[in-house]
Amino acid sequence: MCDNPSSNDHYHQLDAYIDNLHYKKENLIGILHFAQELFDYLPDKLQLHIAQKLDIPAAKVYGVVSFYSFFTMKPRGKHAANICMGTACFVRGAEKLQQEVEKQMGIKTGQTTEDNLFSLDSLRCIGACGLAPVMMMDGEVYGRIHEPEEVRQVLEKYRPNEMPKERCPKHDI
Amino acid sequence: MKLKDTAALNALRTQSLGLLENRRVTSSITAKAAKGQRRHVMVCGGPGCHSSGSPGIAELLEEELSLRGLSDQVKVFQPGCFGFCEKGPMLEIHPDNTTYCQVSAKDVATIVEDHFIKGTSVERLLYQDPITKERFTSNLPFYHGQLKIALRNVGYIAPENILEYIAADGYQALVKVLFDLTPLEIIEVIKKSGLRGRGGGGFSTGLKWELTRKNEAKQRYIICNADEGDPGAFMDRSVLEGDPHSVLEGMLIAGSAIGASYGFIYVRAEYPAAIHRLQVAIEQAREYGLLGEGILGSDFCFDIELKYGAGAFVCGEETALIHSIEGARGEPSVKPPFPAEKGLWGKPTCVNNVETLANIPPILLKGADWFAGIGTEKSKGTKVFALAGKVRNVGLVEVPMGTTLRQIIFDMGGGIQNNKTFKAAQTGGPSGGCIPAKYLDTPIDYESLNAIGSMMGSGGLIVMDENDCMVNIAKFYLEFSVDESCGRCTACRIGTKRLHEILTKITEGKGTEDDLDKLMQLGKIVKTASLCGLGQSAPNPILSTIEYFEDEYLAHINDKTCPAGVCKSLLKYHITEKCVGCTLCAKKCPVSCISGKSKERHIIDEELCLKCGKCQEQCKVDGAIIRR
Repeated sequence: MCDNPSSNDHYHQLDAYIDNLHYKKENLIGILHFAQELFDYLPDKLQLHIAQKLDIPAAKVYGVVSFYSFFTMKPRGKHAANICMGTACFVRGAEKLQQEVEKQMGIKTGQTTEDNLFSLDSLRCIGACGLAPVMMMDGEVYGRIHEPEEVRQVLEKYRPNEMPKERCPKHDI
Repeated sequence: MKLKDTAALNALRTQSLGLLENRRVTSSITAKAAKGQRRHVMVCGGPGCHSSGSPGIAELLEEELSLRGLSDQVKVFQPGCFGFCEKGPMLEIHPDNTTYCQVSAKDVATIVEDHFIKGTSVERLLYQDPITKERFTSNLPFYHGQLKIALRNVGYIAPENILEYIAADGYQALVKVLFDLTPLEIIEVIKKSGLRGRGGGGFSTGLKWELTRKNEAKQRYIICNADEGDPGAFMDRSVLEGDPHSVLEGMLIAGSAIGASYGFIYVRAEYPAAIHRLQVAIEQAREYGLLGEGILGSDFCFDIELKYGAGAFVCGEETALIHSIEGARGEPSVKPPFPAEKGLWGKPTCVNNVETLANIPPILLKGADWFAGIGTEKSKGTKVFALAGKVRNVGLVEVPMGTTLRQIIFDMGGGIQNNKTFKAAQTGGPSGGCIPAKYLDTPIDYESLNAIGSMMGSGGLIVMDENDCMVNIAKFYLEFSVDESCGRCTACRIGTKRLHEILTKITEGKGTEDDLDKLMQLGKIVKTASLCGLGQSAPNPILSTIEYFEDEYLAHINDKTCPAGVCKSLLKYHITEKCVGCTLCAKKCPVSCISGKSKERHIIDEELCLKCGKCQEQCKVDGAIIRR
């Protein structure tokens, strides 16, 4: 993850990626995915750079970034927490799970903790409905989370000075 | 190594048949009888099982089998989703035809010792019927009544091995299409089969291909819509992860029929595993010359590129999807012109759903009449449903059209969890409606679901019970539509927001009967004045819940209560005469709204009460504090 969004190295990587593309303007979304992977978020300066590189208006880049929920213009926390708010999870208690996670993190959905450790967002269905209600931490899926203690155990794994352990509490592999 | 012709493909197929030997047998043989035979252990790699640790279990199994000197005899691998997500992680052992459920790491040693060494089943891991308590080695009740066409290979073959797909008759339909049929003949077969779009539109696939072909152009495109945005739907995900080649083959056949030499698969970014499987499959198909120039020695050239979504539900709509591939905001455009006439980069384009494409190879191989013989008069074939919510058995089912809701929910689904009562089934995602108990015996097809105020949609089927508030559910869906509206149409952009506000008012106990009329009127306006399917169907959850659950709305409005006990603002906590005056609740109340002397009945001040329920949590006397 890049701490300094104006790192030259990342810009070179991004430029090399764009240069290798056959169709550039049409691949704006793919380029934004790549850029967000590199820089962790898409600030104005980076959007402007991409616009100039592709020779399209910056407003167009901004229009695309602001349209798709995957793209973010704000720095994210070290660990990305996502609560699935799909229907299957909703009827099996996702709202309650969301409230508990918000309480334990001390933030609302869409925000990042003050120490920049966690960003909290909601997702619309990752297709693991058999494990509803579900939350994801850095892409790792934790299912059937009902009790506050279970939430606490998940978050503990990602707190500093703790190596991310194997699997979720229910399955000791 | 490119396959230069059909003979080469067939030779490879023959060579690869051994991979599937003993893979799946229908008759049971005991673990004891299977000893010494070559066996397969399939550990479900579906999304639910994967998240519950099935890759770790597969690894441990391999290690243990190796330790016990059984590696040569027993092959462990992870196919796609078995479908029975509730009981995962699952594994199947063949040719023993034994299924084990809810397997954990601790069970691995026992399975190897008992099942493989001693030849006895591990009874406690067999599926047990919750009512009859009967144990099943195979042929679990969940699968009764199902018929796998789109999911024929999912949970059966190793998805990252093209040879297994070829061994299972993969790319044989392509051979037929390249050498035995003209494009018009292919289109006739698909039209005759009666296959309709499985993404929810239900439009005749054959007709769509025909219309695309009709438009003269130097280049046409076929697009696979793998954006599966309906919350609660994971059917397409299972096909993409479990049998990606079926989608590639479907696209090759579509390309041949419509005259396209290039295809795109637009896959949502929330499915990284599916993206990976598709990348591997495309790579392998190119390696064997099944994508590229002069496929299998014919004149046909075709290649496929992956495009990623970025979290916009509206991009499931075909024109929005096309704009997204073009690198723009996913805003739909007016139809006509339809994409068949003017689509991607202005060229004739056909957009088909994943499940639709997965049905194409078997239809070509087994014939249109075979497919048309399954299902109802106007809805042929099968449909995959993602059964979720308050059912006992959450998972994926594929059933012939015409199967009733009751059969799906109560037979395959095992009925309602915790012995609660069925209240409604929601189909069609945020575009659909809620179906009450009186329609449980409706045979499922496109027309019958429309007739009762819902729709087939992509196949999400959410089951609700007495503890689900239908007003709150409608509000949930509207919140989704507000978030996902692209903003282009005033009616959708502002209308959905206003609808959501009115619903919020009602769930907070501030609604009036006038609000019900407003919901109906505004709902109809949004439906009529919106440009695309998102806006046109966004009010459906409201209109259908008002039709079937009006009494619940009226309870919120007139009685200021939530019969299901969900809407917090309408809950009232009350201390009964059973109260012994221990003062525990008063001490725990965060807003100190409980008053009373020691050993005397306490009272809650309803004006101040937060409805947090802490008092009830603390109370040690049964029935002293109730919620109504």
